[in-house]
Amino acid sequence: MRYVYLLWLIFLFVLPISIIFVYSFLEPQIYGGVQWNFTLNAYRYLPKYLNLIWRSIWIAGTATLITLVVALPVSFYIAKSRLKNFLLLLTVVPFWTNSLIRIYAWKIVLGNNGIINQFLNLLGFGPVQFLYNPFAVILVIVYTYLPFAILPLYAAMEKIENSILEASLDLGASKMYTFTRVLLPNVRMGLLTAFVFVFVPALGSYAIPDLVGGVSSRMIGNEIVRQLMTIRNWPVASAMSNLLTLIALLSIIIVMKRRGKS
Amino acid sequence: MTPGRFIKTVVILTMVFFYLPLAIVIIMSFNAAKSPAWAGFTLRWYVELFTREYSVWNSFKNSLIVAIVSSVIATFIGTVTAVELYWRKTRIESTIWFLTYLPFVVPDVIIGISLLLLFSMLKMQLGLTTIILAHITFSIPYTMMIVYSRLQDFDKNIIEAAYDLGSTDLQVFYRVIIPNLVPGIVAAFLLAFTLSIDDFVITFFVAGPGSTTLPIQIYSMIRFGISPTVNAISTFMIVGTIFLGFILRKFVKYIF
Repeated sequence: MRYVYLLWLIFLFVLPISIIFVYSFLEPQIYGGVQWNFTLNAYRYLPKYLNLIWRSIWIAGTATLITLVVALPVSFYIAKSRLKNFLLLLTVVPFWTNSLIRIYAWKIVLGNNGIINQFLNLLGFGPVQFLYNPFAVILVIVYTYLPFAILPLYAAMEKIENSILEASLDLGASKMYTFTRVLLPNVRMGLLTAFVFVFVPALGSYAIPDLVGGVSSRMIGNEIVRQLMTIRNWPVASAMSNLLTLIALLSIIIVMKRRGKS
Repeated sequence: MTPGRFIKTVVILTMVFFYLPLAIVIIMSFNAAKSPAWAGFTLRWYVELFTREYSVWNSFKNSLIVAIVSSVIATFIGTVTAVELYWRKTRIESTIWFLTYLPFVVPDVIIGISLLLLFSMLKMQLGLTTIILAHITFSIPYTMMIVYSRLQDFDKNIIEAAYDLGSTDLQVFYRVIIPNLVPGIVAAFLLAFTLSIDDFVITFFVAGPGSTTLPIQIYSMIRFGISPTVNAISTFMIVGTIFLGFILRKFVKYIF
């Protein structure tokens, strides 16, 4: 069965991604599709989207940073809590809830006549435009991927012996020092895994910027789909996809290398 | 080191952050007005959901078919592969692990459009079959990993003992390994099922006309004219998830 497993992933995962790879070196046809002439034109287009690529990176990066900063204390607390299993369940349930509904929930909360704006109206501030900007996209990315960061960090925190932390405190280190010099180095691997599991999918977000983002917060994923479905330039869509795949590949190689070492 | 007040506050705020938006959707599903301003209690949206929204029920049916078929197949292939990897060293092991990690990080959009290009190259008609193939593909690495991690807690001595007592390979597999694996297998199935029921982006690209799944239906309802029946459907899904989570919490712990 391991060969069935391997072949399945080769035919329905590696092969399709290779098709994208090949298409990126071909010429577009007017109504979609490709012409089998080798060219690097699609890649010459990419610098035009430098702005978009940079924006995707900073939106995903900021969201990842916030996610990790929140996930660290939460996972630490869960690992040390007696209610461990219950708290883990509370963390997983939102991850189990349909992702579109989670995005939609934020539309209700943040919308122009949403809950927060109704409250602001009562206080006499006019409606504030919360949706359709990078802020909304970052917020919903954090909301969506927070469980993905908490779980690997929790797994790493659980392995740390309490006595190590206590020793550090007994020897006169401050809580902050113990946190940065004793706890953090010990959860390095969990932190790296959490980073990859949040940053890479966040960078490739499609549904979130599509539903709560505006023109100023479109990301690479949206542009790939636009190039493929609307502009029908398959090679450019493919070249952009390769850029994302490359980032994903590099990150997985780094994690696997590190894991092998430790 | 016991967590201080600061950490406790962060944890409480995080839980509020997790659940408040969901709670608001549930409250809104009972709101008489179409806008989020509260205008009194009503069950109208639930009545509409059950009496008028035929397309919702049809897409729900499609989602169930896809989720059941794809998670059964993914769990089966994933489980047997995990057992093989655990039991005997194989030359393709490192290739398998590389291919297992990869789909976790390749963004959904790319998995979706690459499958779309594959299916269109093979001239396959988009529909439930293509959706099922796609769903098996993205859930197989999860099922394999969950079962494999469950196997790592497994005491190899038990297998040795079974062999010493004269068991054959097949007996060890059916009598020793599989019964001990049940929680892992159930967890793998549940995760594959949830991933399938939840998926929007990949399905969006490989679904054809007439094979709309529930997330795609909800997407078009959110996108084009919000009717509060979306709140009613969402409420069912949120409550259902929480309910299932609690019933099955025995298995949930194997998922991480």
